Amino acid sequence: MNRVFQEGKKKGQAVLVRQPRDIDTCDALIIPGGESTTISRILVNSGMYEVIRERMSHNDIALMGTCAGCVLLAKELTDSKADVRLLEAIDMQVERNAFGRQKESFEQSLQIKGFTTPYHAVFIRAPGITKTWGRSEILATAGKKIVMARQNNYLALSFHPELTDDLRIHRFFLEML
Amino acid sequence: MQKGGVIMDVTTAEQAKIAEKSGAVAVMALERVPADIRAHGGVARMADPTIIKEILNTVSIPVMAKARIGHFVEAQALEALGVDMIDESEVLTPADPFYHIDKRAFTIPFVCGCRNLGEATRRIWEGAAMIRTKGEAGTGNIIEAVRHQRMVTRMITTLQTMPTAKIQKVAEEYCQSYVTSFKTLTNQNVDEKTVVFGSSTYSILKKELYEILKEIKKIQRLPVVNFAAGGIATPADAALMMQLGNDGVFVGSGIFKSKNPEKRAKAIVEAVAHFDNPETIANVSKNLGDAMLGIEISTIPKEQLLQERGW
Repeated sequence: MNRVFQEGKKKGQAVLVRQPRDIDTCDALIIPGGESTTISRILVNSGMYEVIRERMSHNDIALMGTCAGCVLLAKELTDSKADVRLLEAIDMQVERNAFGRQKESFEQSLQIKGFTTPYHAVFIRAPGITKTWGRSEILATAGKKIVMARQNNYLALSFHPELTDDLRIHRFFLEML
Repeated sequence: MQKGGVIMDVTTAEQAKIAEKSGAVAVMALERVPADIRAHGGVARMADPTIIKEILNTVSIPVMAKARIGHFVEAQALEALGVDMIDESEVLTPADPFYHIDKRAFTIPFVCGCRNLGEATRRIWEGAAMIRTKGEAGTGNIIEAVRHQRMVTRMITTLQTMPTAKIQKVAEEYCQSYVTSFKTLTNQNVDEKTVVFGSSTYSILKKELYEILKEIKKIQRLPVVNFAAGGIATPADAALMMQLGNDGVFVGSGIFKSKNPEKRAKAIVEAVAHFDNPETIANVSKNLGDAMLGIEISTIPKEQLLQERGW
């Protein structure tokens, strides 16, 4: 993200957020990949969950969730959500590990709505968006599964944009602010 | 992968569930935790696939499993079972006296232990996607993990001011364990065209180890994630390793050999997430119940040191 800021079109800086007070200085948050159960636990225990939900209720924060972050932005999961507290940002249902386990990880070119050329995406134990409704908009699919969706200033993708040098997704997110 | 997180050893589906609930980023499926392997003696092998399958079916986080050093068939079996990562581990009894597994031949990622930059560089060259300190597993004693992490970071710092010719020399030194294996096996000397590992010749090995060292010098860290392992028993141990530059920690016997596994597991997860916040470390360290008793390293006979396995 800092590489996008260096391009000079928008002013800003990407910082690491680990505590509730770190969020106060931010206009937008990226919830990265990892394990949704772990991230959810840290969000809830640290108090960051409440702070984000509060800012969301005032429409005062933009969110981008990638891979595990995509799971957390969902309204619902296909499996039991007892171990994950969702941020419920986007009208969508998400299936964890939808494409299989580690060895089924893959790379694929995607047609993303609004992008003029294909985007090369890396999927690692990726979740899939099983359905969307309401005000959410589908931006990309891989096979039968939805892999990118947006609602208001919330953006969810089931792949890892940080693993390629293509900065278009980061730029796209900044333009949403 | 799993950066900033805790990976926990588990031997049953219930333990895996506790680990997941406590915030582990992955679990290591085992038949026995290292402390029990140490106590049990005998040959330690890959876990029973039934246990691994059960754990795979229980949790949504990644499941890792251990294969013996050099035992590529155990690794093939684990890959077929669908585990998410294989630990080629000195905690199990080594299967090959000459070679580690050629990890480049697999699609599944591997994690390997190291005591110093030489071992780390060789494992990365062989295809490891993740490195961890060996420490001394099953002891609840952090000293060896600290030793190994310091050995690695010290050498990375030394590389910073090292001229190219000297780095090439280091790369050549790092080749020696392959050269020794070849000499022992064939009674012949190695030349540039000798195939020393997998299908790689000595000249390729030397060149590629040098390339890895150059990359390490440039980025001032290992080119793969580097976790701490072997002896972590408390939240403070975990945070210590993070402050020494590790990207995350493995906790083996430390959790399920303690009085209150769930509480300790959660505390270690918190400590790793907030490793540079002393207040958090102090807070989560309260009332955890007894940690595992632990073993003083000097009381372990040298031939029983797990870290001596692998080269």
